[in-house]
Amino acid sequence: MRVALFVTCLVDLFRPSVGFATVRLLERLGAEVVVPPEQTCCGQPAYNNGDFETARAIARQAITAFDGFEHVVVPSGSCAGMLIKHYPELFRDEPETLAQAQSLAARTRELSVFLAEFGGEQIIDAHFSGKVAMHDSCSSRRELGILAAPRALLNKVEGAEPVELQEAETCCGFGGTFCVKYPDISARMVSDKAAAVIASGADVLVSGDLGCLMNIAGRLRRMDSTVRVYHLAELLADMTDVAAIGEGDKT
Amino acid sequence: MKPTTAAFSDNAHRALHDAVLQQALAKAGVGFVDKRRAALSDLPEFAALREAGRAIKDHTLANLNHYLLRFEQQVAANGGQVHWAETPEEACAAVLDICQRAGAKMIAKGKSMVGEEIAVNDALEAAGFEVVETDLGEYIIQIAHEPPSHIIAPAVHKTRAQIAKLFEDLHHHPGLTRPLETVPQIVDEARQILRDKFLSADVGITGANFLIAETGSTVIVTNEGNGDLSATLPRVHIALASIEKVVPTLEDASVLLRLLARSATGQEITSYTTFFTGPRRADDADGPEQFHVVLVDNGRSRMLGGAYHEMLRCIRCGACLNHCPVYSAVGGHAYGWVYPGPMGAVLTPLMVGLDEGRPLPNASTLCGRCEEVCPMSIPLPKLLREHRRQEFERKLAAPRSRWALAAWAFCARRPSLYRWATRFGVSLLNTLSGGRGRFRSLPLAQAWTAARDLPAPQGDTFMAQWQRRKPHG
Repeated sequence: MRVALFVTCLVDLFRPSVGFATVRLLERLGAEVVVPPEQTCCGQPAYNNGDFETARAIARQAITAFDGFEHVVVPSGSCAGMLIKHYPELFRDEPETLAQAQSLAARTRELSVFLAEFGGEQIIDAHFSGKVAMHDSCSSRRELGILAAPRALLNKVEGAEPVELQEAETCCGFGGTFCVKYPDISARMVSDKAAAVIASGADVLVSGDLGCLMNIAGRLRRMDSTVRVYHLAELLADMTDVAAIGEGDKT
Repeated sequence: MKPTTAAFSDNAHRALHDAVLQQALAKAGVGFVDKRRAALSDLPEFAALREAGRAIKDHTLANLNHYLLRFEQQVAANGGQVHWAETPEEACAAVLDICQRAGAKMIAKGKSMVGEEIAVNDALEAAGFEVVETDLGEYIIQIAHEPPSHIIAPAVHKTRAQIAKLFEDLHHHPGLTRPLETVPQIVDEARQILRDKFLSADVGITGANFLIAETGSTVIVTNEGNGDLSATLPRVHIALASIEKVVPTLEDASVLLRLLARSATGQEITSYTTFFTGPRRADDADGPEQFHVVLVDNGRSRMLGGAYHEMLRCIRCGACLNHCPVYSAVGGHAYGWVYPGPMGAVLTPLMVGLDEGRPLPNASTLCGRCEEVCPMSIPLPKLLREHRRQEFERKLAAPRSRWALAAWAFCARRPSLYRWATRFGVSLLNTLSGGRGRFRSLPLAQAWTAARDLPAPQGDTFMAQWQRRKPHG
């Protein structure tokens, strides 16, 4: 089975270990992982700022880069949602590209969904002792309806005790460029989310989306909280030996 | 009402630092959400009902001319009169004309968001009429000289203590209990004050939740009964309604009423659901002598068939406000005009112009909870994004943010350049972070770092590391 990895820009730039964790999980499933070099970003910054022409250009680039792969895996609900839900919307009036966009959408899976679909629960060989809270990004929860898959996988991590967050349906306040356009409101939202994480008693917070994680981790670090923050893939691939998000070798 | 929407950022900043407002918002928000959740869990067919409701609205909007004309015919057949108003000015003029012809002095008013939209109170007061709001929430904000902050709970931003203070300062009738300490005491005092107003009013103005084409009826839902008294005690009843409120039949209205109450307040049905069909008939014991419906367009017919068409399905339940993290944080006044929250962020730029209203569509994470709870399945995030598209095409955003986006787009469309530029940037940031894994502050990133640290890149990009791992990958 050949699987093309859509790395996502945040993982590529800020946290390559999530990409390698994803590769490790996919390879354990027996997949041959390919990373098409023509990929950059899914185009959301342009799309959500109203620049639909740029969004279409970037979408065409991704459609070409991932042409011919039976499976495309994305370690982000937000970027997967862009490929699955919004690319077809962008090409509504261009029948030829629309067909290609729909084909890509049909072949694309968010990581936890892909793992669940191909028996990923069997290949989890990870250990983490402590309470683990799961944050669902709004795109994974609402756009893609992902709730069960990451939790089923998390249950396979030896020693991990899952805890749920209060107000789990509420957005963390990242929202792409929203967090810098309206920093006051975003700060309030992420403060509420960080408070919910701390109140859950979790030792570790995980999520399938690095955008949310950088936001929440940034706030938790500012509050000098002891909660550590990882991408779900890192926990599942037993790669929590790397420094957590927002933490370094030096303090 | 003069919009202050362009100043949304400043409004929001003030709201976030207003401790009393935050106390009121915290209390209200959770209540609405919990009540709606409980109501839905008792109604397994909610999803089917939602589909049916949407179909009714879609059908009506596709045949809006037909149903509006049918409604007008039926109102006339019942002895009432429909007044068509394309603009807020025309709508106010129609209301003033009716009041003047009736020789009115005092006007009792039920809650009407369209009334707020056309600023009918200002027009009436400028013409010398005394206007009394009879919905408790509307009465409170009227005496506080404030606009509503929520479409179904206009005074939700006020605490009980603030309301008691307003009453104690204004009401000096004999026999009032002091101090006001409990909600029932406050409600009782409002009832005593308002009862006199109902009896002395010459004209009653209400809104309309629905207009029924087959019967020529207007429908209102209230929990206080004030709308019924406003409509039936004065000599003249004027119902203010926007054109998209019409539905074909009573049956259709009953579907939408079931969705409305549950989505709005979590009730199965509101305490009062009243159908008004024409003025008092010869054998009626009471009721108004005249029945008028002022139908307001104010840009809605331009929305038909266009990019914002689906917004016309809105039944004004307020669920999108109650579930919006931005509304919950800043409250309704920050939005700077009549309609707040996600529905307001779509409607306001359409009604006051995108130049004034453009902060609102941007003040959303597009988290999608509004669309999820909308009983009419309005794709609010898509409509907000459509405003952003218009804003981009008209180059309304600040030059700095447009250039930043353009520079990013230039790189993102050129993978080789992107690889080089991102490696350079990531390596620079990593060096600057000095192994601490995060930044407490960073030039050009203050918006992020004001309240949170910025996690630093781990080192090299994934793509570069992958190239090293698999040279032919």
